[in-house]
Amino acid sequence: MSGTIAAGAHQTGESGIFWFLAIVSVAAALGMIFMRKVVYSALLLAVVMLSLAVFYAVNEAPFLAFVQVIVYTGAVLMLFLFVIMVVGVSSTESMVETIKGQRVAAALAGIGFGVLLILGIGNATLPQAQGLKNANSDGGNVMGLARLLFGSNTRSHNTMSSYIFAFEVTSALLITAALGAMVLAHRERLTPKPTQRQLSEARMKSDHVSTLPPPGTYARHNSVDMPALLPDGSVSELSVSPVIARRRGGSHEDLHGEGPESAVRHGAATLKAVLQGRDEGQVEVESESPAEEEKK
Amino acid sequence: MTGHYLALSAILFTIGAVGVLIRRNAIVIFMCVELMLNATNLAFVSFSRMHGTLDGQIIAFFVMVVAAAEVVVGLAIIMAIFRSRKSSSVDDANLLKY
Repeated sequence: MSGTIAAGAHQTGESGIFWFLAIVSVAAALGMIFMRKVVYSALLLAVVMLSLAVFYAVNEAPFLAFVQVIVYTGAVLMLFLFVIMVVGVSSTESMVETIKGQRVAAALAGIGFGVLLILGIGNATLPQAQGLKNANSDGGNVMGLARLLFGSNTRSHNTMSSYIFAFEVTSALLITAALGAMVLAHRERLTPKPTQRQLSEARMKSDHVSTLPPPGTYARHNSVDMPALLPDGSVSELSVSPVIARRRGGSHEDLHGEGPESAVRHGAATLKAVLQGRDEGQVEVESESPAEEEKK
Repeated sequence: MTGHYLALSAILFTIGAVGVLIRRNAIVIFMCVELMLNATNLAFVSFSRMHGTLDGQIIAFFVMVVAAAEVVVGLAIIMAIFRSRKSSSVDDANLLKY
């Protein structure tokens, strides 16, 4: 079987998969570099990585396909998303140019580089693909990779007997990376950590002995940064953590910068105006609600 | 067919390079670097299939390992800069500018 498959070795339906996923991945990559919101860019990169995993599977590299999904999409992209969450999930980037002419120069450089690459690749005469039936035959793809990595391989034409030294060096690299991340993310404690007794004494001496009020739950928002309303309609400052409260600006865009109590009042005023307009036979919502606000 | 995969790899690499040039958010620049690494992985895998050996896949595997380590350290640096400067724009990290 391996002898007859040597030339070509392209599976049926591969060109269909290739063209569909090529268009999807290029569109996702273009969207990724042009999106204003950083989270959308991360999700589009996930689309690119998953379509690349399908490409690996089609190219007879099943082990790499799974590693791509598990390690790249599953671990590396999740790291990206966590850091985006720390920076701010809805953070948008202003698309204003800071260096004059940078966009034009970057576009020219990109197009020029792309043309150079395509011409260079197009000039190469590529032999017919041999396919990996021979290499994957004895024990499968993973065994073949293991033979290359750890054992003496008799099927490959490279000069090294195995990639074991590179493997050990990458293990040293991974240890260094883990240590580096720990050092860079470490924060020194400036004040001693309060003990349980100190915390309890502070709580008894303060004016709220019981637990703090939870954040507010509204029809449109029930996230942790929406403050709760006290019975007289004012905002309870204790219901939101101060770390989250400090960066509340711009996170709930459909509230247009209002707090919850003014949004609730605005909604009630709009509803009243709609009902009044329906009774009077005319509906002018936008002009009536600020008038209602001024009447209060 | 190998040529098609190589062309797609070249296009993705170019898109990543343009992304690094035009974006200012440090995280998005980092993601475009990851896109470039993924494009080279695709080229390696398609060449491995063309030659009939598994060396290309081994190299792609090592590229993935190095990229994972790089992401770990790079994101730690970005977070450290963000914590002290409250900004993730690469224009703001200019203290060494002459």
